[in-house]
Amino acid sequence: MDFSLNDDHVALRDAVQRFCDGEYPAHQRGNLETPELAATRWAGMAELGLLGLPFDPELGGSGQSAIELMLVAQELGRSLGGGAWLSSVVLAGQLLAKAGTPAQCSRWLPALASGDLRLALAFGEADSRYDLSRVATAARTVNGVCRIDGRKTLVLDGDTADVFFVVARSAGATREPHGLTIFAIDAKARGVHVRPFATLDGRHAAHVDFDGVEVGADAIVGTAGEALPLLESAVDGAAAALCAEAAGAMEALLDLTAEHLKTRKQFGAPLAKFQVLQHRVADMLIALEQVKSMACAAAMAVDAGDAPQRRRIVSAAKSLVGQLGRQVGLAAIQLHGAMGMTDECRAGHYAKRLLVINQLFGDAAHHLQRLSAQPQC
Amino acid sequence: MKLEFSAADEAFRREVRAFVSANLPADIKRKVELGLRLEHEDYVTWFRKLESRGWITPGWPVEHGGPGWNHVQRYIFDEETLLGGAPRIIASGIQMLGPVLIAFGTEAQKKRYLPNIRHSSTWWAQGFSEPGAGSDLAAVRTTAVKGTDADGEHFIVNGHKVWTSYAQWCSMMFALVRTDPTAKAQEGISFLLIDMKSPGVELRPIRMLEGGTDLNEVYLDNVRVPAENLVGELNKGWSYGKYLLGHERTGIAGIGSCKQQLARARTLAEQQGLGDDPLLRSRLAQFDIELMALEFTALRLLSANQKSRVPAVEASMLKVRGTELRQAIYELLVDIAGPNAVPFSAEAQFLDCVGDLPAPVELGTLAANCLDSRKLSIYGGANEVQRNLIAKAFLAA
Repeated sequence: MDFSLNDDHVALRDAVQRFCDGEYPAHQRGNLETPELAATRWAGMAELGLLGLPFDPELGGSGQSAIELMLVAQELGRSLGGGAWLSSVVLAGQLLAKAGTPAQCSRWLPALASGDLRLALAFGEADSRYDLSRVATAARTVNGVCRIDGRKTLVLDGDTADVFFVVARSAGATREPHGLTIFAIDAKARGVHVRPFATLDGRHAAHVDFDGVEVGADAIVGTAGEALPLLESAVDGAAAALCAEAAGAMEALLDLTAEHLKTRKQFGAPLAKFQVLQHRVADMLIALEQVKSMACAAAMAVDAGDAPQRRRIVSAAKSLVGQLGRQVGLAAIQLHGAMGMTDECRAGHYAKRLLVINQLFGDAAHHLQRLSAQPQC
Repeated sequence: MKLEFSAADEAFRREVRAFVSANLPADIKRKVELGLRLEHEDYVTWFRKLESRGWITPGWPVEHGGPGWNHVQRYIFDEETLLGGAPRIIASGIQMLGPVLIAFGTEAQKKRYLPNIRHSSTWWAQGFSEPGAGSDLAAVRTTAVKGTDADGEHFIVNGHKVWTSYAQWCSMMFALVRTDPTAKAQEGISFLLIDMKSPGVELRPIRMLEGGTDLNEVYLDNVRVPAENLVGELNKGWSYGKYLLGHERTGIAGIGSCKQQLARARTLAEQQGLGDDPLLRSRLAQFDIELMALEFTALRLLSANQKSRVPAVEASMLKVRGTELRQAIYELLVDIAGPNAVPFSAEAQFLDCVGDLPAPVELGTLAANCLDSRKLSIYGGANEVQRNLIAKAFLAA
């Protein structure tokens, strides 16, 4: 059992922190990005090596583990930054790296690492909530041509993705664990309709319709009909990174809150002198330490590759982070008083991100349930 | 970073587990598992078994009989002994006085007292709290006046200590006493070792809400204490007291106890036919999550380069979270008992009387255990005081 960081970890963390301090000025954090700003930041992340972090060196990456992803996610969380990094690199990119054929990997991963291409994983549907097997999107194969029909919802950064990895059902009834297949589909392919929208936390997503989209067998990523374990591990990896993002966001939010409590005076004294506020801050700090610990544990569990242990620890982490992140986010608004209700104050932007983090990849209740269904270790 | 314990740690875990299962007497184990009262000789019996293996003083330096474990080993030891049904180590001599004597005591004091602590032949009472003082230890009013007579240098001690745990089993007490009444609150306090058999020491047990009498009041009426019983420097007792309270870091989260009680909850839930109750299952899973977070946080904060944001308050954070989690688990135990939590008999909480309990023996102690657990957030500096420490360190301008 070892939670210590080595020198390389610290160097990576510091480099990302410097990048974030430059790219995400404190008073703009959480604002909706313009396309121009998003492009500049994306190029900067490519230059820093963040877009290829988990991929093999021959594919333009640096072969880092979930620990390094955690450190990056934490810094991005601190600055409410990162754009499509989580959806494109951590979620879709790692799924491809794990299951793609050599041809698929060399076609897309170097371009992703260099910042020239973005990927998005389209797995959710209107009725699926957090159930990854609940897929109605249909894939029918006739004479070697696959025809995809269905509607995918909340595709993170689906508005700017160049390639979608789409989860479709090639066999079995909705909610059956078998029969799911992942297809790579070009965003410009005939029959793909992207409906972009802004998200609560000032980011981007899209609902994407696939109307009779035709692809060949070479579009299949991983094993046909057996995509669920792959999908589950990719989503767990992203959930672990989100836990780290939440830790960073909570840390920055606590700093903001401390600054406010130390400077704002009421009844003749700084707010920081009021015991009832101190006790709330103490509980927020304890929550932060637990979230940091669980983010570390989740990253280590993702790296360990043992599926039952990974499920158990990621679920525990995501559930606790969901609960505590939202609690801390909303408590910070209260501690900022009416100022905390304004768009100008950054506390609300952190709270919004923390709220969204709970709703992505399984909320606290979902993961509590998944954990309670797991056998005891 | 690595999530697994090393092979050496796992081997150590097996070693501790085997030792507990081979050496813990069955009746003591049964008392612990049923939440019944332990008696002095139960503790002494178990502590002497640990002593014979060199394991009774995990926090002491090797030259004074400590085993030289790192924090992970201490953590594993704590967890394995408690999961194996052993009593927790509560003797304040081992956890509190020992480290202070080792750091600040004279050679003569170390030689005289440390071996007896290790052998459990001397039990020490902690004479810190006083009526009306609560967690404010600096409010010490018990006085010690230095004098000299034909029998040599001594202190005359007068005052009233309270909440003195297990004083009925103790032959000695370490106490904070005021030696300079003119100094500011935290200055002018000294750290004194008092023989409980001295004339003028009177003990009164306090009956607690769960029926026990392990806490006492201690009245000190012109008690004569030899000057050689002063620990460290005169009027510097406050800093030794603080050292003592901050010393016990590894065990402060009580993770072993949490696991012990959560395992008890699962067993009892099954026995009560509640194994498939969805609400209970979800509460148990929530505790699994919170316990995991506490455990990883304790291991992370105690490891080398991952300190908390607020220096030196790790122990406070772990105390707050660990005690509140344990209390919540005890509340769950009461819910599992259902109506069987209502019958009560203070006497029947002893093993030889369990037949007299008006409720099934596994359930009849749960409410009393829950009430007893309320002390966790009060002693050792109430959790509100811990929260003040955490926040003040973070919000310091």
